[in-house]
Amino acid sequence: MAAPARVGLRRWLSSRAPAPRICVVGSGPAGFYTAQHILKHHDLAQVDIYEKLPVPFGLVRFGVAPDHPEVKNVINTFTHTARSDRCAYYGNVTVGRDITVGELQQAYHAVVLSYGAEDNRVLGIPGENLSGVYSARAFVGWYNGLPENRDLKPDLSCETALILGHGNVALDIARILLSPLDFLRKTDITDCSLAALACSKVKRVWLAGRRGPLQVAFTIKELREMINLPGTQPVLNPADFTGLENAVKDAPRPRKRLTELMIKTALEKPREKAAMAQAAVPRQWGLKFQRSPQEVLPTADGTRVRGVRMALTRLEGSGDSAKAVPTGDMEELDCGLVLSSIGYRSLPLDPAVPFDTQHSIIPNNLGRVMGVPGLYCSGWVKRGPVGVIITTMNDSFDTAQSVLEDLQGGVLDVSVSKEGFGAVGSILRSRVLSLTITPGIRPVSFSEWEKIDAAEVARGKAAGKPREKIVDPQEMLQLIGH
Amino acid sequence: MCRRRWDPLIFANFSYSSADPVTVHFINRDGERLTTTAKEGESLLEVVVNQNLAIDGFGACEGTLACSTCHLIFEKDVFQKLDAISDEEMDMLDLAYGLTETSRLGCQVRIKKLMDGLTVQVPVEVSDIRSQLEAGKQSKQ
Ligand SMILES: Cc1cc2nc3c(=O)[nH]c(=O)nc-3n(C[C@H](O)[C@H](O)[C@H](O)COP(=O)(O)OP(=O)(O)OC[C@H]3O[C@@H](n4cnc5c(N)ncnc54)[C@H](O)[C@@H]3O)c2cc1C
Ligand code: FES
Repeated sequence: MAAPARVGLRRWLSSRAPAPRICVVGSGPAGFYTAQHILKHHDLAQVDIYEKLPVPFGLVRFGVAPDHPEVKNVINTFTHTARSDRCAYYGNVTVGRDITVGELQQAYHAVVLSYGAEDNRVLGIPGENLSGVYSARAFVGWYNGLPENRDLKPDLSCETALILGHGNVALDIARILLSPLDFLRKTDITDCSLAALACSKVKRVWLAGRRGPLQVAFTIKELREMINLPGTQPVLNPADFTGLENAVKDAPRPRKRLTELMIKTALEKPREKAAMAQAAVPRQWGLKFQRSPQEVLPTADGTRVRGVRMALTRLEGSGDSAKAVPTGDMEELDCGLVLSSIGYRSLPLDPAVPFDTQHSIIPNNLGRVMGVPGLYCSGWVKRGPVGVIITTMNDSFDTAQSVLEDLQGGVLDVSVSKEGFGAVGSILRSRVLSLTITPGIRPVSFSEWEKIDAAEVARGKAAGKPREKIVDPQEMLQLIGH
Repeated sequence: MCRRRWDPLIFANFSYSSADPVTVHFINRDGERLTTTAKEGESLLEVVVNQNLAIDGFGACEGTLACSTCHLIFEKDVFQKLDAISDEEMDMLDLAYGLTETSRLGCQVRIKKLMDGLTVQVPVEVSDIRSQLEAGKQSKQ
């Protein structure tokens, strides 16, 4: 981790050597924070950021919930970095397809892979592919305007939804499903998702996890937000929380406060009062514990989901390491919509890059890819798909620091000058001329993104939204004359 | 040159800061002491931004209580004199790395006269602990 000695040891190092050219793959927080740190602590380095989509910022644009605009303020810092005259952005270039990692290594002194986690873990149970079952990733991508999910059209015609998972992404989805429409209207949620949510019949959302209240992965801010969501009623079973007050007495403060908030919410309302309140409140959500999904059950005609069979579990061990073991008892939960929120997953990019298939990460040491000098990684593809932007920021600073140390220590040979985008650009152009899978690769620059951005903001303004996202990449490219 | 001193704009600027400036010391992650002056009413985040203090990654959410990168550790006596802390600030602090008994979020603490000479410590790592909570969970699911 960034021990004090690792931070800020440079500045002087750069003056004699020629300009190192660094390539970053992916323009999410990891890509931008890695670039920022290198540029800040090296006076000559030039950083080029390649991004698969025409538009930048990764999950800040396509993951963070539309009703959390504060979180997206980091975009201002990223924009500042991108506008630096030693930084360039090349959108619409898919590394591994349009250009290989080997070709990038030829063109740059160092290549940093920051391409995130673009897949999700699967439940691996029967019925998972029935209609009405979606991954959280696809659902989030849909309401956030991710091009690949724009046609998801989730079926929201049922009353009860079941989310599998107890993390912040699960809470994001529950909140989006249950928020008053007037809240969402003022966000950058896509128009078509808003229209679908306006017709949604969902009024009850269960979040089920395999383990207990002491093992939930969501955090208190997100939980409090859910508890306070107007027009909704939390349904927590007091029995799930008996004795927990004592159990967390000496727990670390975050776990203690989180658990206390759940207990307070569960116990706050005596039975009758709760029943009355529920009658008045149209929408409900609740947490179900110690339930492990076994099978998604089809309707009689076999076409879609009608429920999920769950195995009840008991916990072996305690705290974070507690294991859920099936008790043998089963339960069926009726629902017409299932969202599995059990985690994102990174994919291998290129045969030239080692990949740890068991953990779905690039094996590395402080961001240095094992066995491939000059190749680095940061963000979710380095650490696994957990942690917030700040976690990603720290690990990206660490990776950047490794790059800086290798520049300083001569591990990276900068005596040979490298062409950077000069070389990559001509490869991309030649790919256009020859027979390739994707004719017409023309990178999108940051100022072109700013045009797309301005168009989105203008479209949103009319509707009183911060922006109306363009969900079709072709339309984005047309807009900038590509 | 002389006349410029009475330029109304400069004068306005001058009168705005006419309250005695308050001296604040930040101990950065590498142990370096950054000394600066602040105006009453400014938040400590604004001090860092306005004075361009080189604290990496500070204030990622720009003071909207959504990140905890502005976490600062106070001296006990000053800490006790600060305004009450909201549930929302506590919630974000819960996620701050290296939480102490005298931790606050810099974007929520405003400069007061009594803070003159204040020293605050930037915690060594700015991670928040959501990652660990999530890691613990997801590896089990
Ligand atoms: C649903 C959801 C909600 C979240 N909400 C919050 C929140 O409220 N607050 C918070 O702090 N954190 C939140 N997070 C966590 C945060 O988004 C991550 O910590 C962070 O985005 C990880 O950064 P990254 O750069 O590693 O990955 P990403 O953000 O995924 O960026 C990777 C980038 O690489 C690009 N890419 C992929 N493949 C290629 C390729 N072959 N060639 C070129 N480019 C490629 C992708 O298009 C993408 O732009 C949330 C995460 C999710 C999933
Ligand atoms: S700046 Fe983000 S919480 Fe203070």
